[in-house]
Amino acid sequence: MILATSAGLPGTIEAPSTTLEVSHLDVSYRVRGNERPALRDVSFRIGRQESFGLVGESGCGKSTTALAITRYLPRNGSLSGGSITVNGQDIAALDKRSLRQFRARVVSMVYQEPGRALNPSIRVGRQVAEVYEIAGMKKSEALARAEEMLRVVQIADRGRVLGSYPHQLSGGMLQRVMVAMALATEPSLLILDEPTTALDATVEAEVLDLVSSLRQQFQTSVLFISHNLAVIAKMCDRVGVMYAGELVEQGPAREIFENPRHPYTVGLVRCVPRGGQSKDHGRLDAIPGFLPEPGEVQVGCVFAKRCALADQRCTEETPPTYEVSATRTSRCHYHEQAPELPRATPEDVMPRRADGGEEPVIRLRGVSKTFHVRGEQVRAVVGVDLDLKVGETLGIVGESGCGKTTLARVLLGLSVPDEGSVIELDGSPLAPECTSRSRKQLQAMQIIFQNPDSALNRRHNVRHIVTRALKKLAGLSGESCENRLLEVIRSVRMEERHLALRPYQLSGGLKQRVAIARAFAGAPRVLVCDEPTSALDVSVQAAILNLLADLQSRERVSYVFISHDLGVVRYLSDSIAVLYLGRVMEHGPAGTVFAGPHHPYTESLFSAVPSLDGTRRERIRLKGEIPSSAHSPAGCVFHTRCPRRLENGLCDSSEPPFVEVEPHHMMRCHIPLEELRRLQATQSAPVPEPSP
Amino acid sequence: MTAGDDPRGPLAGAPDISLDAVLPPGEPAVFETFLADPGGAAGALEVSMGRIRREQVRRLVGSKTFLVGSVIVLWWVVCAIFGTLFVPYSATTPDILSTNLAPSAAHWFGTNNVGEDVFSRVIVGARDILEIAPLATLLGTVLGTTIGLAQGYLRGAVDMIVGRIVDAALALPIVIVAFIFVVAIGPSTLTLIVVIGFVFALIIARTVRTAVLQERELDYLAAARLRDESVPHVMFVEILPNVLGPILVEFTVRLGYAIFTIATLSFLGFGLQLPTPDWGADVATNYGYLSAGYWWETLFPALAIASLVIAINLIGDSIEAVLIQ
Repeated sequence: MILATSAGLPGTIEAPSTTLEVSHLDVSYRVRGNERPALRDVSFRIGRQESFGLVGESGCGKSTTALAITRYLPRNGSLSGGSITVNGQDIAALDKRSLRQFRARVVSMVYQEPGRALNPSIRVGRQVAEVYEIAGMKKSEALARAEEMLRVVQIADRGRVLGSYPHQLSGGMLQRVMVAMALATEPSLLILDEPTTALDATVEAEVLDLVSSLRQQFQTSVLFISHNLAVIAKMCDRVGVMYAGELVEQGPAREIFENPRHPYTVGLVRCVPRGGQSKDHGRLDAIPGFLPEPGEVQVGCVFAKRCALADQRCTEETPPTYEVSATRTSRCHYHEQAPELPRATPEDVMPRRADGGEEPVIRLRGVSKTFHVRGEQVRAVVGVDLDLKVGETLGIVGESGCGKTTLARVLLGLSVPDEGSVIELDGSPLAPECTSRSRKQLQAMQIIFQNPDSALNRRHNVRHIVTRALKKLAGLSGESCENRLLEVIRSVRMEERHLALRPYQLSGGLKQRVAIARAFAGAPRVLVCDEPTSALDVSVQAAILNLLADLQSRERVSYVFISHDLGVVRYLSDSIAVLYLGRVMEHGPAGTVFAGPHHPYTESLFSAVPSLDGTRRERIRLKGEIPSSAHSPAGCVFHTRCPRRLENGLCDSSEPPFVEVEPHHMMRCHIPLEELRRLQATQSAPVPEPSP
Repeated sequence: MTAGDDPRGPLAGAPDISLDAVLPPGEPAVFETFLADPGGAAGALEVSMGRIRREQVRRLVGSKTFLVGSVIVLWWVVCAIFGTLFVPYSATTPDILSTNLAPSAAHWFGTNNVGEDVFSRVIVGARDILEIAPLATLLGTVLGTTIGLAQGYLRGAVDMIVGRIVDAALALPIVIVAFIFVVAIGPSTLTLIVVIGFVFALIIARTVRTAVLQERELDYLAAARLRDESVPHVMFVEILPNVLGPILVEFTVRLGYAIFTIATLSFLGFGLQLPTPDWGADVATNYGYLSAGYWWETLFPALAIASLVIAINLIGDSIEAVLIQ
């Protein structure tokens, strides 16, 4: 024990078997004189050393629950019913002093963005030490303890980290520091609110591993909040699914995701592309309708309006918490039938027109982009050779900073590539800058940006946004423009009434549809999709992915699809390129790349991603952090972190060539393909992949 | 329709809130919607934007600062337009028999050294200043906005050259710059408007440039480039509507300064020409008599200047407070 846990706190005489007990919790926000319920009758408990997950889409009340537990509700929020007890102590009864004690000793929190949770102007060491000083230690002692704590969270270079300011450290490192600070006082309850959402896959996996091992070591109960079902499935013993302020289903994590018994959970699980699902085989299911306004549903089930199983009883009678089994509950009158929830969207796929041996529509040869930043050369993209065929999708995956977005911008001419880069459209070279490209060339290539809030002019309405693209790119005017406008708007499944609305009046999913409509307005041949669904909820993501797949099979558009989400990339891509430090490490047909043998980087990337199927794979751990593009390592750029680095020093000294290791499968690695196959077959089977 | 397409957005009043966000006191209800988790921040954001706009107007009208400022400005506007109709005496008719009279029931603000009624002169004196200052500021705003948009969007040489000129102009007090030009061209209403307008344009350009630089990073401008939009279209149709907020604030702030500048120039004798009643000129003509004890001849026009400048600044402050929050 580092500190006496909850010393002097009333009500914690002996350790009860329950750390957190939330019972019949109601929370409401006061908005202009009206009480708007945010949580309704939420009950769950977290046992000692148990890890409990709260999952749900944005606006479902996950974070409000966390706020209520720490008594950090904003001043217009109030606990209007029920109770929360931590270690047997009713937190509503705490006075100011004991509330401080409670927050300092009993409950800790790790936030989504570590960069914002730390003070940017104070060195990390001081901030960690402060936790101990508050507990009454001397400065020097506190600093020693801080260093000790950083060792616990497996930070190797402790001296440097302690002396650094937050902006000098990577997101993963900062999140480790946050975990260290949260655990410093050995809290009874650790709340993690989307702790890895802002992190890359390999870093996320490290942080999650760390949290799991420390949880055992510190014997802490964990409340884990995330919108990511797979992360929750990996991290939690039990899980609660939230919808519109209600806990609709609760039970052991594995059972919930394998055999959901509430229609909302069923829909949610079906939305996520996984297990090698691809656009060629079927469309994803989506959840129809909208989240109800707070307080809209007074009587009946909150999910009834969107539920295919709902009948009169569901709208008239509020479902109680049914006990599905000894360990599971569901708030559905028809929880026995929930698994047979009919699909909301047809699974049928429009048949793709047969392609065969065509010339690529886009050809990239030796494309590089170097930024000159304060005298340093940052090589964001290095010698990329890629082809994109008509009507196909090229998926580009890689972690942040790997050059995905730069490559997209270079392709579009928004960023000028280095001398010698060749970008060809239909066999004819394109000018490096979009302003020098012809109208026809501009029309041929468009983009869907990641963030529709940034991509749509917030002062223009939908009609203006799409019409402008029709006029400039398709050269339409007058009646034909108006007709085409309606056609385009309908093809993204929006309605005429949306035309007069401005972006801020639309939901995230609708905004992205407007962006898609604009991109399709000029009937492009190539569409660059830069993380088009990463800002959206999974049910909305499913709808957008279906839409993109449908539009592709109808219009024969080629996509360059950039994403960090492997399931999403797998669903939409025909071929996949894996980027690391601006270089293509592996490129080939999607099925081949996913089936392996993989490039060692691809292998670790795949193994880092938690899967919902519960197939626990042995994770390939990567050492260290991603090097900066300004100082790429000599030899193979991946050798500093490669788990399969050759002992003979070849990897450190010479950069492997990008060669075809088997038909259509390109790789940049010194290790022969057969050797990789052997290594990967014996040590782990990273992705269970049905052959396409 | 498929999933999640609620045009009203989900759960506006009760979204997920991240703990580390600082809630502004007073109105957390609106802002909490900004803090929704990233899984679907966009969904919660959009309702709040619509609300915020209404909320902004409501809060502006409800703010005491704005109310007090508006009442004072409105009073001077009424004086400027109808002043001549209700003043007790002619503002420009000397009365040799009643010079330098102290404030009394007959002459509320007393009379000056040629026997003109100070109250009447203060009331009527609002006219010219309230004509020149807004026109000069408007000219400055239009010009400055154009320059700033060009600077911020085009960057490069345009930005460099204009930027240095602005630096040079700002190194001198505005009054001195205006003073030099008024002397060179000769004082007249038009000269005042043009000179103040040009000087302000440089200052306003700087504010607009900063706002444009932030917009420049947004993807809708990349989308415009990919549509081959012309530079004027991008500047005025795409960017301008998004930077109107700071421009509005800058306009009110500059309006206050314009009044101050005009009054100062008049005081120095290069503003409006007598006998047109003018606050700055009145202060200038009469402050010599302060030592003789005739304080009212200087105090009331000076108070008039102060009240108008303060009132406009109050309005500017309240607009800024509402827009920035």
